[in-house]
Amino acid sequence: MTNPADLTLVEAATALKAGDQTSVALTEAVLTRASLTEAAVHAYLTIDRSGALAAAEAADRRISKGRSIGPLDGLPIALKDNMMTRGVETTASSKILAGYIPPYDGTVVARLREAGAVFVGKTNLDEFAMGSSTENSAFGPTRNPWNLDTVPGGSSGGSAAAVAAGSALAGLGSDTGGSIRQPAALCGLVGMKPTYGLVSRYGLIAFASSLDQIGPLTHTVEDAAIVYEAIAGHDPLDATSFPGPAPSGTERLGEGVSGLRVGIVNELSGEGIDDEVLAAFRTTVQRLASAGAEIVELSLPSTATALSAYYLIAPAECSANLARFDGVRYGLRVDGGTVDEMMSRTRADGFGPEVIRRILLGTYALSAGYYDAFYGQAQRVRTLIIQEFARAYEQVDVLVSPTAPAPAFELGAKTQDPLSMYMQDICTIPSNLSGHPAMSVPVGLSATGLPIGFQVMAPALGETVMFQVAAAIENLSDDIGRPVLEVVAS
Amino acid sequence: MKWEPVIGIEVHVELETQSKMFCGCAVDFEAEPNTNVCPTCLGLPGALPVPNRKAIEWITKIGLAFNCSISERSQFHRKNYFYSDQPKNYQISQFDVPVCHDGWIDVTVDGETSRIRVNRAHMEEDTGKSIHVGESGRIHSATETLLNFNRAGVPLVEIVSEADIRSAAQARAYAQTLRTVVAALGVSDAKLEEGSIRFDANVSIRPTGTEAFGTKVEVKNMNSFRSLERAVDFEILRQADILDQGGTIDQETRHWDEGEGVTHSMRSKEGSSDYRYFPEPDLLPIEVTDEWRNEIAATLPELPAARAARYMGLGVDADSATSLAGSDALTAMFQSSLAAGAPAQVAANWLTGEVTAWSRRAAIDIADSALTGAHVAQLAGMVAANLLSSTAAKEVLGYVLAGEGDPETVAAAHDLVQINDSGALESAVDQVIGENEDQFARLAGGEDKLIGFFVGQVMRVTGGKADPRAVTDIIRSRIG
Repeated sequence: MTNPADLTLVEAATALKAGDQTSVALTEAVLTRASLTEAAVHAYLTIDRSGALAAAEAADRRISKGRSIGPLDGLPIALKDNMMTRGVETTASSKILAGYIPPYDGTVVARLREAGAVFVGKTNLDEFAMGSSTENSAFGPTRNPWNLDTVPGGSSGGSAAAVAAGSALAGLGSDTGGSIRQPAALCGLVGMKPTYGLVSRYGLIAFASSLDQIGPLTHTVEDAAIVYEAIAGHDPLDATSFPGPAPSGTERLGEGVSGLRVGIVNELSGEGIDDEVLAAFRTTVQRLASAGAEIVELSLPSTATALSAYYLIAPAECSANLARFDGVRYGLRVDGGTVDEMMSRTRADGFGPEVIRRILLGTYALSAGYYDAFYGQAQRVRTLIIQEFARAYEQVDVLVSPTAPAPAFELGAKTQDPLSMYMQDICTIPSNLSGHPAMSVPVGLSATGLPIGFQVMAPALGETVMFQVAAAIENLSDDIGRPVLEVVAS
Repeated sequence: MKWEPVIGIEVHVELETQSKMFCGCAVDFEAEPNTNVCPTCLGLPGALPVPNRKAIEWITKIGLAFNCSISERSQFHRKNYFYSDQPKNYQISQFDVPVCHDGWIDVTVDGETSRIRVNRAHMEEDTGKSIHVGESGRIHSATETLLNFNRAGVPLVEIVSEADIRSAAQARAYAQTLRTVVAALGVSDAKLEEGSIRFDANVSIRPTGTEAFGTKVEVKNMNSFRSLERAVDFEILRQADILDQGGTIDQETRHWDEGEGVTHSMRSKEGSSDYRYFPEPDLLPIEVTDEWRNEIAATLPELPAARAARYMGLGVDADSATSLAGSDALTAMFQSSLAAGAPAQVAANWLTGEVTAWSRRAAIDIADSALTGAHVAQLAGMVAANLLSSTAAKEVLGYVLAGEGDPETVAAAHDLVQINDSGALESAVDQVIGENEDQFARLAGGEDKLIGFFVGQVMRVTGGKADPRAVTDIIRSRIG
C-alpha cells in the first residue's frame, strides 16, 4: 500500500471520503516523512505539528459527520514562508524578520483554512523570494530530494522540496519571475502561476508588487487545478484583484488537445537551453501534435529583452517594498546612536547580499536622472512584450517552451555568478511581465535522473485551456515517479 | 534695490472621512495612541492599500470648489524617504497626474481682488506622529522617540498654489480664503491649531520689474494666519537684507519660531532629497468619470464668495458679508435671523460685532451658544421700537448669550425697557422742572449747558429707562 505521504490530493481526498484514511493519519504521515527527510532536505523553516494535528482532528470530526467542506478538507499543505500566518512565525527566510509572528492571516491562507486545509508548516525560500535556488536563505539552503547535491530551484524551493519529498501533499509558492514554475521543473512537480490579479496578494510579503502571484505546487495537474480554484477569486483587500469570477481550472481537464493551436516560442526554445531539456521539449511537442494539436512556430522578439526589463522593474519595486523593514516597529533592530543609524545598521545586518544587491539596483534605477533610461525604458519594454503576446494569442490557444534552461544544478554552482543564476528564469519571466498565466508540467528525467519541466503559457484569464493542455501533456508523458530518498527507504 | 516677493503656498488638508485613506481604521485623533491601527497603516509585511472612495469624492469636491480640472484617470505614486513615523518608508502620494489641476481662487486684500492660480490638488496619506522625549522636545536632544500611528494613513489633500502671491498680506488672505472654502465644503475640521489644515510658504524675492525667480526658501511651522503673515514678512526682509549686502540665498527649509519671531534653518535642500517617485503598483489608476464628477458637483454647497455676494445684495456691507459668509455658524445664525424677520444689516452688525466678540471672549462657538435667529430678530425689533437703548441692547444680548432667556424676558427681568410712553416722560420732566425751578429759569434764560443737568435728573427719576433724545425734546418744548 502507498504511504499516505505519497498520495496526490485527489487520492487522499477520495480516501478520506471513503473512510479509508483520516486527516490525522495523513498529517501524521507527512510529519513522519518530514522527521525523516528534513535533516537532509531542509524544506521547512517551521513545522507547526500541534497546529496541523489540531486542524486535522477538526477536519476528521467534520468528515465523520458527513460535513466535509470541500476537496481540500483535511489535506496537509505546505506554505511558503512569505505568506502571513496568524500566530505562526513568518520570516521570508530573512534574518531581518527572524522571530516575527504575524497578527493576521493573508487572504490565501484564510481561504485555505476555511476550505479545511491542514498547514504542516512554513517552507524555505530565497530571502524575500529573490533567487532561483533557495540558497539565498538566511537559514540555510534546501536540497533537491531527487539528488541532495543539487538545488530544488527557487525561490519556492522549500515548498517544491516538501511536496517532492512527501512532507506535504501540496504546497503554495509565489512566482515573481518563475519562482513556482522553475522549482516545479527542478523537483518534478506541477507548478502554476495564475493570471496576475486572480489570486489575492494580501498577506504575501511583497517582492515586486506588479509581478507577484501565489500559486500551487503539486504532483498532478488536477491537484494544481483544485488548489488554484480554492485560492483564486476577487479579494476586496487587494486593489489589484480581478473583480470578475476566476476561470475554472478543472472544467476541461480530460478534453485533450485535439484541434487546439499550440505555439512554440522560437526565442525560448533554442539558444541557451540544455540539450536534454530541448530533446524532452521536442518529444512533448511531437506528442501534442500526434494527439491532434496544431503546432505553430512563432517569433516573439521582445522576449529577448524581458530579462533585462525584469531586472529593472522587480528591483525598483522591491527597493520600496522592503523599505518598511527598518527596525522601528518589528523584526530585527540593531541599535545606533541616532534613528537613522539604527535603521542603516538594522538593514545592513538584516538583509543578505542578494537582497542588498537588488535594493541597490532598484534604488539606482529609480534615481533622478536615471529613471527614464532605466525604469521608464523597462516599462516600455514591458508594454511591447504585452502587445507581442496579445498578437501571438490571436494565432494560438497556448504557447509552450521549456520551463528552466537545464535540470537541477549543484549547490554552489551559480552562487558566485548572479547573471548565470538570473538566466534560470529566462523562459518564465515573460509571463510575469505580461501578467499571463503559465505553468510547468514534468515531462521526463535527464540521464542523471533529474526531472525536466515543460511550460504552458496562456492568455490572460486563459487558465481553463492552460490546465486542459497541461493535463493532456501529463497523460502523454511517462510518469517520472517519485524521488528515492535513502533516509526514507532505510 | 527694490525687491518684489514671489510667494507660493502649499496647504495640507486632513479629510475628516470616517476611515483612513487606504484601510478601514477610524480617523479619530482623540483616541488612545496606537489604537486606530491595522496591518496596512502600520506597514506590516504583506499588507496592501485599498483606496477610500469617499476621499476621492471629497478631493474632487475641493478641486471643483477651486475651479480645477478633474483628471479622468489619475495615478498614485510612491514617494520614497525614510522616516521613523512613516510606516512603509514611502508615502502613497501623487506625482505627474493629480486628481485636480489648474484651478484658481480670488483673494481680496484691502478691497483689491487678485486671482491666485491653483497648480494642483493631489491625494496622499498622512504620517504618524513622533513625540521626542528629552530636554527640549526637539529631535536633536531627544533620548527617546514615541510613535503614534493613529494619524498614519489619514487622507491628506495637498493644494499647491502657483507662485502668484506678492505680499505677506496676500499670502494670509489666500490661506484664509482657502480655509473658509474647505470648511464650507464640510470635508475637514480645517483647524490650524489642531493641524488639520497646515500651511507652508515658498518665498523668494526678485528685483522689482524682473521676471526670473530668485532662490526659494520653504517656511514651515506657522500655527495661525497671523504667524503665516509674520513669517512671510520676516522671510522677505531676511532675504532682502542678505541680497542687499551682496549675499546669496540658500535653497532650504526654514522653521518659523513664533516666540522669537524669526525663521531658523531646518535642513539644507542642497543635494535635495530624491524621492524616487514611481507609479504605485498596489493601486490601479483612480477614475473620476464625467458622470461621477457631475454628481459630486451637484453636491457642492454655496461657496463663501457667492454667499457673500448674495448678502451684499441684501444690503449688507462688504466686510460683514465676507465675515458672515466665511463662517458656517454665523451663516446659519444670519439665515435664521432673516427668516425670523430681522433686517439684514442690523442682524449682520450684531452677529459680526457683539456676538463674534462674545464668542472669542467666552471661547464658545456661536453654534453652541443659547442665541437663536429669533432672538436676534426680537432684539432688532426692540431697538427699532425704541424699547431698548443701544447700550441696554448690548446688555440684553449678553444675558441672552449667557442663556438667561429671550430678549423681552431678559430686558424685563433686568428692568432695561425704555419708557416710550410720552405722557409718562412728560410728567417726569415736569416733576424735575418743578423741583428745580431756579435752574430751569436759567436754562430758559439761555444757559443752554443746563440741558444736560435736566436730562440727567430725568434719567435718575426714570431709573435710566428714558430715551435721552426724547427727554431733551420734551424739555426744549417746555422752554418754548
